[in-house]
Amino acid sequence: MANIVLAFLEQREGKLKKSALEVASTAAKLAKDFSTTAEGIVIGDKIDNLQDATKFGLTKITHFNHAELLNYSSTAYTDLVENFAKEVSASIIVFSNTALGKDLAPRVSVRLSAGTLMDCTALKNDSGTLIATRPLYAGKALMDIKSNTEVTVVTIRPNVFKAESFDGSQSEVVTISADSLNLKTKVIEFKKAEGKMDVAEADIIVSGGRGLKGPENFHLIEELAEVLGGAVGASRAAVDAGWRPHREQVGQTGKTVSPSLYIAVGISGAIQHLAGMSSSKYIVAINKDKEAPIFSVTDYGIAGDLFEVVPKLIEEIKKLKS
Amino acid sequence: MKIAVCVSHVPDTATKITIGSDNKSIDPSGVTYIINPYDEFAVEEALKTKEKLGGEVIVLSVGPENNKETIRKALAMGADSGILLKDENPRDSFAVAKALAEELKSLGAEIIFLGKQSVDYDNSITGQILSELLGYSCISVVVDLKIEGNKVIAEREIEGGREVVEAELPVIITAQKGLNEPRYASLKGIMAAKKKTIEEKPAAQANNLTEVIVMKKPPAKQPGRILGTDSTAVPELVKLLHEEAKVI
Repeated sequence: MANIVLAFLEQREGKLKKSALEVASTAAKLAKDFSTTAEGIVIGDKIDNLQDATKFGLTKITHFNHAELLNYSSTAYTDLVENFAKEVSASIIVFSNTALGKDLAPRVSVRLSAGTLMDCTALKNDSGTLIATRPLYAGKALMDIKSNTEVTVVTIRPNVFKAESFDGSQSEVVTISADSLNLKTKVIEFKKAEGKMDVAEADIIVSGGRGLKGPENFHLIEELAEVLGGAVGASRAAVDAGWRPHREQVGQTGKTVSPSLYIAVGISGAIQHLAGMSSSKYIVAINKDKEAPIFSVTDYGIAGDLFEVVPKLIEEIKKLKS
Repeated sequence: MKIAVCVSHVPDTATKITIGSDNKSIDPSGVTYIINPYDEFAVEEALKTKEKLGGEVIVLSVGPENNKETIRKALAMGADSGILLKDENPRDSFAVAKALAEELKSLGAEIIFLGKQSVDYDNSITGQILSELLGYSCISVVVDLKIEGNKVIAEREIEGGREVVEAELPVIITAQKGLNEPRYASLKGIMAAKKKTIEEKPAAQANNLTEVIVMKKPPAKQPGRILGTDSTAVPELVKLLHEEAKVI
């Protein structure tokens, strides 16, 4: 039996995540590279936008359905993915490197005696071996890595791999009622954070640092993020000072991010911060000190007073968007 | 009750990374090693758990002799004893978890804490692998923890909020920043730590399931343009982002 590529498609609150489409597309491309086929697995209750995942080249998507599966249960999800991966003889299993993916992928890999390649930013077929490139030391170094096992589990960094539809592709969708669930460990409640988008998933991030001078000035960052449809981030200095919550921290002891656009406002660019954001596609910095290290990784910079520059920037972007 | 904390010994986050001559690891010369920052939250939570529920806190680490410095740091914070599972050879997360699992099985620890990830390889998987090897519950990336009787309620950080997770003892918790405020080791603690025992034994044999082919520096980013020193540069910036970068 052929060894297929299996895509784990994550849903939250009954909706497939954007990262799930990246996983679908990446799995299908890998399957093509390895001359095999790719299938998808979704675990959840009702899923509104399952059709969205059907145009990326997966031959089939199997949806394990149960009301208790709406929220994550590490025990139940692990069993379902393990059993399905064995049933379809998956040799590569692709997850997104999200909170759920990071929790689930290593558990599945133990069940399947598989090597785990986490947070990959590139994948290739090198004479039949899957080679992954992944950052370490928060991006201060990269490594090429492979597994020594028959089955390989990979997680891919959100926003790095493109979701590209295959012409004429239409996956078959099969729904299976899941039963005998092991719910020993399960989520009983989801507490939504007040903020909007999470930096780990955002395509545009506006981050503020000590140059803002105090939490009361972060409305500038919030407004700029809002007009751009992006997320608010913060430097470690701003978080340690208690100005912003830790979930917004970008850098080595916060989140490592790779958005299309990263705007650093009043951030000088400590090595830990640069490590966490320098793989962004475009970087803009607004900082008074033109010698600040942040300008060494910046595509476009304004070495000026953020309190004067940012309001003007908000205004100009509003003009552009209207 | 036996409470275990697993710690790793990592380069300080302020370290500039240089690739070693083998092209598969970093050059350790001139690098300061510290306790993994997330492990400090794990140690603190272990100590708080002991203060509430009683028992003893045992610190474990897998690696070479130098890891004793990090074990000693946890002992200075207040942990009771340490175990170094010695191995001079590099291990991947699976092989580390395997060594820990063998030891933890014989220790019979009921609550095991780890940092949510080590800031060297950034895998964030050791706790979850350990849970599968031991058959324990595991909650990762925890920012709030309550243990009542056999029941464990933890909040874990995910995109856009927190999940409240219910599990049962025995349990593995991986700590995220925000779980607590790690205490400083007092002078008394540092002195006392010198007298505490660190048992040393060979780490259980385990094969790495992954292999590093090459380690390299990321391509250096070319410094870009400074467009100006005040808001008169803003229209050009917006134009470049829209027309050249095409990101807005």
